[in-house]
Amino acid sequence: MSGYVVTILITIAIYAILAHSLNIITGHAGQISLGHAAFFGIGAYTAALFYTKAGLSFWIDVPLAALVAGVVGAVLGIPCLRVRDDFLAITTMGIGFVVEAVFLYIPFFGGAMGIGGIDLPMWAGREMTKSEYLILILVVLGTLYALDYILGRSWIGLAWSSIREDEQAASALGVDIVRFKVMAFILGSALAGLAGAFYAHFLTFIMPYNFGFGQSIMILCMVVFGGIGTRWGPIVGALLLGLLPEISRPIMEYRTLLYGLLLVAMMRFQPSGLLGADSFLVVYFTKGLNRIRGGEVKA
Amino acid sequence: MTLLQVISLSKDFAGLHALESVSFSAERGKILGIIGPNGAGKTTLFNIISGIYLPTAGEILFQGKKILRMKAHRISHLGIGRTFQIVRPLNNLDVETNVLVAYGHRIYPSLWKSVRACRQREALQEVRGIMERTGLKAYSGTLAGNLPLGFKKRLEIARALALQPKLLLLDEPSGGLRYEESFQLMELIRMLRDQGIGILLIEHNMQVVMDLCERIVVLDHGIKIAEGVPEEIRSNPQVIEAYLGRETQHA
Repeated sequence: MSGYVVTILITIAIYAILAHSLNIITGHAGQISLGHAAFFGIGAYTAALFYTKAGLSFWIDVPLAALVAGVVGAVLGIPCLRVRDDFLAITTMGIGFVVEAVFLYIPFFGGAMGIGGIDLPMWAGREMTKSEYLILILVVLGTLYALDYILGRSWIGLAWSSIREDEQAASALGVDIVRFKVMAFILGSALAGLAGAFYAHFLTFIMPYNFGFGQSIMILCMVVFGGIGTRWGPIVGALLLGLLPEISRPIMEYRTLLYGLLLVAMMRFQPSGLLGADSFLVVYFTKGLNRIRGGEVKA
Repeated sequence: MTLLQVISLSKDFAGLHALESVSFSAERGKILGIIGPNGAGKTTLFNIISGIYLPTAGEILFQGKKILRMKAHRISHLGIGRTFQIVRPLNNLDVETNVLVAYGHRIYPSLWKSVRACRQREALQEVRGIMERTGLKAYSGTLAGNLPLGFKKRLEIARALALQPKLLLLDEPSGGLRYEESFQLMELIRMLRDQGIGILLIEHNMQVVMDLCERIVVLDHGIKIAEGVPEEIRSNPQVIEAYLGRETQHA
C-alpha cells in the first residue's frame, strides 16, 4: 500500500473511533453534543504532554489520555445532566469553546503554536511504520466494536435506549437516568480521548485549531450521515467524510460547498442516515436479501 | 393494611394552588378512586407521589417510610408503579422491550449485573407472563409507537406491573377507549386488586368509578371536598355542585 493510502486509512480509522465515541453519547443514550471535539483534544493534549514533557512512552500515555478525558467528561457532564435537547446542545457547545480556549490561551498548552515532537510509537526496538500503526488502530477499533456489541445487548444498553426514547417515562420505570447518562458521558469522552491520543501520535504536531467547533460538527456529521444510533453507522460516516476531501481534491475551493450541499441533501432525504431504519440502502438490501431467500418482498 | 398515607399535601404553581392540604390513605388490595372536574389537581397529585414534582408542603408515607424527596426511579424501586394519562410508550422499542426496561429496575443499581445481557430466560419469562396477563402477548414484537391506543394503555399497566408494585397509580386508564376495551381493562384492574395490589385510580367515567372503587376521594380546585364509599359520594351535594355547577337562585 502506498504511504498516501495508509495515511488516509489511518485518518479514517481514527475518525471511526471518534465517531463511535460520540455515537455512544448521542446515538445510544440520546444526548446531543456539539462539543465532542473537546474530549478528542483533551486526549490529544494529554498524550502529547505526557509524551513530550514527562517522557512517558506511547503505550502509557494513550491509556492515560483516555482516563483523563473520561474523568473530565464525568465532571463536564454534570452541568449537562439537568438540561435537555436544544439547551444541552448549547451547553456542550460552550464546553467545546472553553476547552479550545484553554488550549489556546494557557501557555502550558503551547498556545496557538501547539505542541510538536510527538512521535509514532516504538515497537520491537524501532519506530512503528505507518502500516503497523494502522493495524494497531484497527485492532483497537475492532475491540471497541466487540465492547459495543456486548453493551448493546446489556441492561446498560437497554437503559440508554429508554432514556433516548423518553426520560420521564424511563425514570418512572425505575431507570436511574443520572447514573446512566453519566456512564455514557464517561465512556464516550474516554474513547474520544483515546482517538485523540492516536491522532496526536500520528500527526506528531497538534494545535488548538484541530479541536474546535468545526471539528465537533464534523464528528456529529459522521454519526448522522452513517446513521445515528446504528452500530456500523459511525464507520460508514467516517469513511464518507474521510474520503470526501481526497476525492474532491480537484475541486478544492468548492469543498465546503460540497459538504454543505451533502448535509442539506442528507437531512432532507435520509434523515436517519445511510444505515438508519428507512435509508434507501437498508430498504434495498433487505429487499434483495428477501428475494434471495425466496421470501415475501415487503411492499 | 395502610400502604400509602398522604398528609396535608399542598402544591403551588406560581401562585396557583394546584393542591391544598390534601390528606387520604390507600390500602392493600383496595381500589381508591380519585375523581374531580378538569384541573382539580388529580394528575398533579400522581406526579408528586411518583416523585416528578416536589410539593410545597406536606408529607407522604409509603409503608411508613417518607418518600417525599426521593427521585422518581427510587420511588418506583420501592414498589410504586404509575401509568401516564397521556401514554408515554418508548415508541421505537417493541412491546416486549418496553416491559423489559421496567423489569430491569432490580438490575440497574448493580453495575456488574447491568453489564450482562438483558434478554436472559428468567427476565423474558416474567416479561412474557406480564404480557399474557395484560393481553399484550400477540403484540410482543410490535413497536410500541404503532400500537392502537387501547393497547398502549395496557402497555402502561404492563410496564408498571414489571416493577412488582405494591401500589399502582392509574391515571385515566380508560380515557379514549371504546366501551368493550374499557370493560376489559376494568376486568384487568379488578384482577390486580384481587392479587393484593393497592390501586389509586383517576377516572372520569363515573360508571367505572362507582363499579370499581371501594372508596372515592373527590378533589375540586385542589381541595378534597369529599371522601367515602360510592353511595355517599353519589348523593353528596358538594360533589354534585362541583360537577354540575351551583343551581342559580331565582329571585
